[in-house]
Amino acid sequence: MTGGRSWDITGRFIRVWQRNFRAYSESWKIGFIPPILEPLFYLLAFGVGLAALVGNIHYRGTDISYMVFIAPALLAINIMNNAFYENTYSSYVRMYYYKTFDAMMATPLSLEEIITGEIIWGATKSLIATAIMQAVISLFGLIHYPEGLLILPLAFVGGLAFGALGMFFTGIVKSIDLFNLPIFLLVTPMFLFGGTFFPLETLPHWAQQVAFALPLTHLVNLTRAFSTGILDGSVATGLVYLAVFSLIFFPLALRKMRRRLIR
Amino acid sequence: MTGRAFPEDRPKEPGPVIEASRLRKIFGDLVAVDDISFAVKPGECFGILGPNGAGKTTTIRMIYGYSPMTGGMLQVFGLDIRRHPRTIKARIGVCQQENTLDPDLTAQQNLEVFARYFDISEAQAQRRANELLRFMALEHRKDAKSAELSGGMIRRLVLARALVNQPELLILDEPTTGLDPQARHQVWERLEDLRARGLSILLTTHYMDEASRLCDRLMIMDQGRILVEGAPAELIRQNVGLDIIEVASPDEALRQFIRERDLPSEDLGHRLIIYLEDRNDLYHEIRARYCGEGCTLRMATMEDVFLKLTGRELRE
Ligand SMILES: Nc1ncnc2c1ncn2[C@@H]1O[C@H](COP(=O)(O)OP(=O)(O)OP(=O)(O)O)[C@@H](O)[C@H]1O
Ligand SMILES: [Mg+2]
Repeated sequence: MTGGRSWDITGRFIRVWQRNFRAYSESWKIGFIPPILEPLFYLLAFGVGLAALVGNIHYRGTDISYMVFIAPALLAINIMNNAFYENTYSSYVRMYYYKTFDAMMATPLSLEEIITGEIIWGATKSLIATAIMQAVISLFGLIHYPEGLLILPLAFVGGLAFGALGMFFTGIVKSIDLFNLPIFLLVTPMFLFGGTFFPLETLPHWAQQVAFALPLTHLVNLTRAFSTGILDGSVATGLVYLAVFSLIFFPLALRKMRRRLIR
Repeated sequence: MTGRAFPEDRPKEPGPVIEASRLRKIFGDLVAVDDISFAVKPGECFGILGPNGAGKTTTIRMIYGYSPMTGGMLQVFGLDIRRHPRTIKARIGVCQQENTLDPDLTAQQNLEVFARYFDISEAQAQRRANELLRFMALEHRKDAKSAELSGGMIRRLVLARALVNQPELLILDEPTTGLDPQARHQVWERLEDLRARGLSILLTTHYMDEASRLCDRLMIMDQGRILVEGAPAELIRQNVGLDIIEVASPDEALRQFIRERDLPSEDLGHRLIIYLEDRNDLYHEIRARYCGEGCTLRMATMEDVFLKLTGRELRE
């Protein structure tokens, strides 16, 4: 019962991942549509509409076009959304409405393996959606290769961080409607102010500091570094941040889910 | 018994499949299971009966390692559930009270994916799924999602899923609740078939006919405690006797007669139930003298035992 108890995790968590993969492959065609259309909409609205007003953006010593500036932000947001929504709404539906976890708990799977499998599945969805979206964006010549390929493993790592965060909320919300709260208070502000559609430097100092504490800011930094090929010390900072963030929220999610489900 | 001619031929007396002693479960300040002790023998079908909230589900959840026990001792296959939960779960098949089929998957996929939770190979999972779909007469619906299945089919699929790991012990929480008579009989036949093959079965039910038909032994629980335990016929004989007279609109004279003879009975106001134990001669006397509106002589059933022991008030 106590936090001191060790986690009961073996490689069997892959069975949970496989369950989700199998269910996903049943309807993959629908799953593929958003990551194809989303970047097209954004690039059209911002790239064609806004870029003319904005002109070029000064980024790490060079001038880049507004389209090149926001393309990696779209990828980072996509990474965040896929894992976060998968491990909030979708995991909650499986847990509460489908009772999939209840069925699993009557098999040799441990609760920790179920949650681990769910989070790794969330990261996998981030990876799949990123690969599709990145392919679309690359058609516009907005990503610099080979550094751009690093975005794929990053999608998985970022997916783990946001999936663990989502699963933590799944462990504590009283009902599915209450996911609105972390979305409104956390996801939306990150989406708008995480260095996504305008450079962080334009914000007041205190706001920059707040933004710097949030995971999407670091994820955008990383996707932008990889997609422009302009790598510097902030890459290491960002990776360390995401690792630490995951290492905090993964055990926290396990603990909250254990408290929620073991009765 | 002196002969020890073929000691290796004599099967070793196998220990109980389930052994619970002073098993306890507390939720906050509610004692859901209160110091119960019982054992289930190999190859036997053991039933747990009890009104809503008696603690049946809580008891079996501890047995299949879903709920941690608060106190006592619980062994399954001779192993401590707290120390060997995975080994035990790998050898059990469970049908939970609620439908926990995977609505994202078809009937066949439900079985295959579930088999993989037990680390059964993909080829074997496929083979078992096909076998079980046939056994449960679901082959024609193997590609249907669970939402497209009828209540009876859902139960059969849940039962099939519980067999996918070839369990030695099958645990069923109200296997036929909500089914029509045809579907219930179909489930019963399957369960009898499985028991005949030597599978040990633990089930909970609200249906007395189900318990009498399927269970070798059963216990009646109420408020977390065991009231009685034994073979159905024994329990009936011991607690209510063989026969029962039900008298509609009994009059005062009959009540007087019962008091004088000190007959075991239950007065429900507009109905009177007399437990005859072994005294069938009484029926004719009562019938001749007191049966105004009509009275019925019938065999005592498990339901009479249940109502006598747990009372007639609504629970919860
Ligand atoms: N997770 C829980 N938290 C708190 N109380 C619980 C929990 N699960 C069960 N209880 C309580 O424990 C008692 C026993 O419940 P249980 O589900 O074991 O009864 P049951 O015999 O299976 O009833 P039913 O016939 O309605 O299925 C009830 O009072 C119930 O409200
Ligand atoms: Mg129950």
